[in-house]
Order: sequence, then structure tokens, then C-alpha cells
Amino acid sequence: MKFGTQIKQSLDGWRLIGTPFIFGLLLLLTPILLLVLLSFWTQEYLDLNRTFTFANYREIFSHPVFITLIKRSVNISLFVTASTVLLAFPVAYYISFYGGKRKALLLFLITIPFWTSYLLRIFLWKIILGYNGVINSGLISLNFIQEPLTFILYNSNAVVLALAHAWAPFAIFPIYVSLEKIDRSLLEAGRDLGDTAVRSFFRITLPLAMPGIIAASLIVFIPTIGDYVTPKLVGGTEGMMVANMIQVQFSKANNAPLAAALAIVSLSIVVLISLVFLFFNRKYLRRQI
Amino acid sequence: MKKNSRPLLIYLFIYLGFLYAPVVLLPLFAFNDSAIIAFPLSGFTTDWFSWLMEDESLFRALKNSVLIAVTASFISTIFGVLTARAMARHRFLGKQSMFGLIMAPLFLPEIIVGVSILIVLMQLGLALSLWTVIAGHVLLATPFSVSILTTAFNNLDRSLEEASLDLGENRIGTFFRVILPLVTPGLISSLLIGFTISLDEFVIAFFLTGTDPTLPVYIWSLLRFPSKLPVVMALGFILLVASLVLLSIFEFYRRRSESLASGKENSGIK
Repeated sequence: MKFGTQIKQSLDGWRLIGTPFIFGLLLLLTPILLLVLLSFWTQEYLDLNRTFTFANYREIFSHPVFITLIKRSVNISLFVTASTVLLAFPVAYYISFYGGKRKALLLFLITIPFWTSYLLRIFLWKIILGYNGVINSGLISLNFIQEPLTFILYNSNAVVLALAHAWAPFAIFPIYVSLEKIDRSLLEAGRDLGDTAVRSFFRITLPLAMPGIIAASLIVFIPTIGDYVTPKLVGGTEGMMVANMIQVQFSKANNAPLAAALAIVSLSIVVLISLVFLFFNRKYLRRQI
Repeated sequence: MKKNSRPLLIYLFIYLGFLYAPVVLLPLFAFNDSAIIAFPLSGFTTDWFSWLMEDESLFRALKNSVLIAVTASFISTIFGVLTARAMARHRFLGKQSMFGLIMAPLFLPEIIVGVSILIVLMQLGLALSLWTVIAGHVLLATPFSVSILTTAFNNLDRSLEEASLDLGENRIGTFFRVILPLVTPGLISSLLIGFTISLDEFVIAFFLTGTDPTLPVYIWSLLRFPSKLPVVMALGFILLVASLVLLSIFEFYRRRSESLASGKENSGIK
């Protein structure tokens, strides 16, 4: 086909998608490119030094503070993803296979706790885990402990718990959808041909549910690695994550280029891990695309 | 098969307990007669709600948030219609990459989006205002609008559109008189989802807000003051109830959207 006719044919589509596309160019692509550019500049007191340099990246990779934060963010996020998806799977499985007429009701019950402010949901964990919190005052009144436990709040575990809670429905729904798509006659055929329940689960149900599990994992992993609120509220210094450092560098430390470099490093790690994850699971996704 | 579902059912109840653990505290402490958030509960009061009613900065923040959420959801729905329509009916150069860019905010941590927009605004020397927050929220909400409206447009029976054109209606008339009414439930769910996303969004608002805070940014500032916590609990309880009302409306329209689009108009809600 001639290029000219292609352009002509494209006009109708472009006219429609043009505005949202240009909006995306201006508010997403340009800002991210600028972020990349900024990460190669340096801050000198109040001025930006616009000579191209890797100084920010060198600083990140030579200071244990930054490396620790990045490693911790990745670890927390991976751990949250694994536990959220693992804990969510049986729930999705039950609703899909045994939900019967109550499927919609059960799904609704799962979403209710998530319809209040995200900030408050995270903050409520602080009330549960805190010094005078629900767990401590409960255990003391039951005489299990004399002094409040201090190791349950302000560390990575508290962050993992709060995040695994906050993202639960986002893991349940994709898995549920993929389980719903499974043709039940396949399972019957497997059973008729002599598969045990366990074998048919691992050979039919699980492989067919993989697209949902993969989607759930990415939906949880990508936002949690850059979460700002949770580590700030329940993480303490021990549970601080990379987003908090980005914010500190950006505002108090007044080092926007370093913040930009940190953001770019985190973004690269997110993209890299997601791609590796998709690569290893490509056989499950082939039929979908 | 039925009998092996029992352990799963028990697990489901434990899991629901975990999901509800934080939220049940909201009504408990919202009505608790003590300024300290701790057990045992001391007595019943509605004082915290009256405090809320007198908090003028809260109402200003709420007004900002609603204004932002309405505008952002409106714009993102228009963007959603444009994108979904282009994707469903047209072939054009760069189709997949344009679509990819519009959907990209779904796959980026919010802090990256917030920081990068802030950098551009700082470089351009633009002041932060409600509009900068709206811009950020449109970016976030558009992918959701696109997915909802793509379903609505794909389920649309193409022959209805062709019939309208054959009977002499022009393209614009067909769009407003045939297509739009059929995707209205989709439009309403897109507006509602955009509204709720924007209303609850914190990180981008935190970065892009000027002197006028949004509701989450205001709540964030309250969380630093222990004496304000019961009031925050009362606010959280109100937000929960209000969201549930919104959610029910959303469910109603989503189900109607499904039945309308598949042509079974009379089936209504199951």
C-alpha cells in the first residue's frame, strides 16, 4: 500500500485518538524524558548544573544507603506480590468453583473494606499494630504479655502486611476472571480419564489460570515498589522504601537530579523484573495474545 | 466434589476476617467517647462527627477534591470515548504505540508519574494549582475509562449503526442518536470509576497540589496530630458509607451496561 493512502486512511482514527494521545505525550512521555535528562544533571546549591554526567548514578551505586533502600523496596515488593497472590488464589478458586449463586455477593464482600480512603486503610494498621494498639492492648488484657510488643510496628514486616492487605482485591479479581474462563468440561474429561483431583488441578486448572496469576502479580508488584504512604506510616526508619527517599531528595534535600536518578533506577528495575517475569511465563500467555 | 470445599470455605472466612480487620475499627473509634485511639472502648458519642461539621478546612479540601474528581473523570471519559472508538472502528498508523502510551500510566508507579510531571511544571515555571492535580488525575483515570468503554464499544451491534446510516442519518447524528445512548451505562461507570480514583488518589495530589489541599492531602496532614485521630476515624467512616452508595450505583449501571450491550434489555439486574 502506498504511504499516501495509508496516511489518508489513518486520518479518521487520528482525529479521534489525537487529543488523548497528545495529552499523553505532553504529560507522560515528555515528563519522563525530562526526568531522564535531569538525572544526568547535578544540583549545585540553588542552581542546576546542566553538564552531562553520571555523577548521580555513581552516587546511588556507591552509597550503601541508596542500595539498601532499593534492595529493600524490591524485596518488600516481591514478598508482597508472592504472598498476596498465594493468599488470594484459594479465595478466587473457591468463589469461581463453589460460589454458585453467591458469586456476586462474595465478590462484593471482598471489595467493601476497600471503599474507604487508602491512607486510612494503611493508617488503621498502625492502630492495630501500635504500642497501644489493638493487638497489644488485647494481649495485655488477656494477660499473655506484660509489656506491649514493640517489634510488630515500624519495620518491613508491617509494611508487607499493610501492602498485602491493600492490594488483596487487585490480586483476587484477575485470578477469578481467569478461573471463570476455564472450560469445566476439560476438568471432567481429565477426571474421567483417571486424573486425581490433585493432578487435574496442577495439569489443567493451574496452567489455565496462569494468565490471571501473571496479571495479578504485575498489578501488585508495579505499584507496591514505588509506594510512598505505607512505608511512611508503618515502616519507621527500618521499613523506609525508595519512594520516601525520592521525596526527601526532591523536597528537603533539594536535590532534584538525584531524586530523578533514583526514580529512573527504580523504574528500570520495575520494567526489568516485569519483563523477566513475563519472559519466563511466556508459554502461558501465547494463546491470549 | 462438594465435600472438599469445606476447608476452602473456612479459609475464605479467615481471609475475610483479615480484609475486614482494619475497617471494623472505623465505626468503633468514630463513635468511641475517648480522644485516645486504644482499647478498651470507653463509651458512645457522636461528638467527633459534630467536630467534622465545624471543620472549615475540611470542607474546603472536600470541595477541592470533588471539583477535581468531577473535572478529571469528565475529561478522562471523553478521552476514553475517543480512544475506544478509534481502537474499535479505525485502522491507522501507530495504532498500537498510541494506545500503549495512553494505557501506560497503569504500568508505572505513581510516584514516578508525580515526580516527572512536577519536574516539567518546575522547569516551565508554572504554579501548582487544582488544574495540575486534575491533569495528573486525568492521566491516571484515562486507562480505566478506556478499558470500560472499549468493552462497551466492542459489544455494540455494528448493524444498528449501519442501519442508521442507511436510513439517512449522518455520522454525527448516528453517533449522538444511536451509539451514545447504547454506551451510556459504560459512560456512567467510566465517570464513576474516574471519580473514585481521583477522590482517593494521594501521591500525585501530594506532589502536584498547590496551597489548596485535596481531601487525601488534608487527611494526611491530620494524621500527624494524635488529638485529631478520632475525627479522622469519623471522616473515614463517612467516606466508607458514601463510597458504598456510589459503588451500588456503579454496580447497577455496569450490569445494565452488560445487558444493554448484549441486546437483552429486559433482563435488567439478575
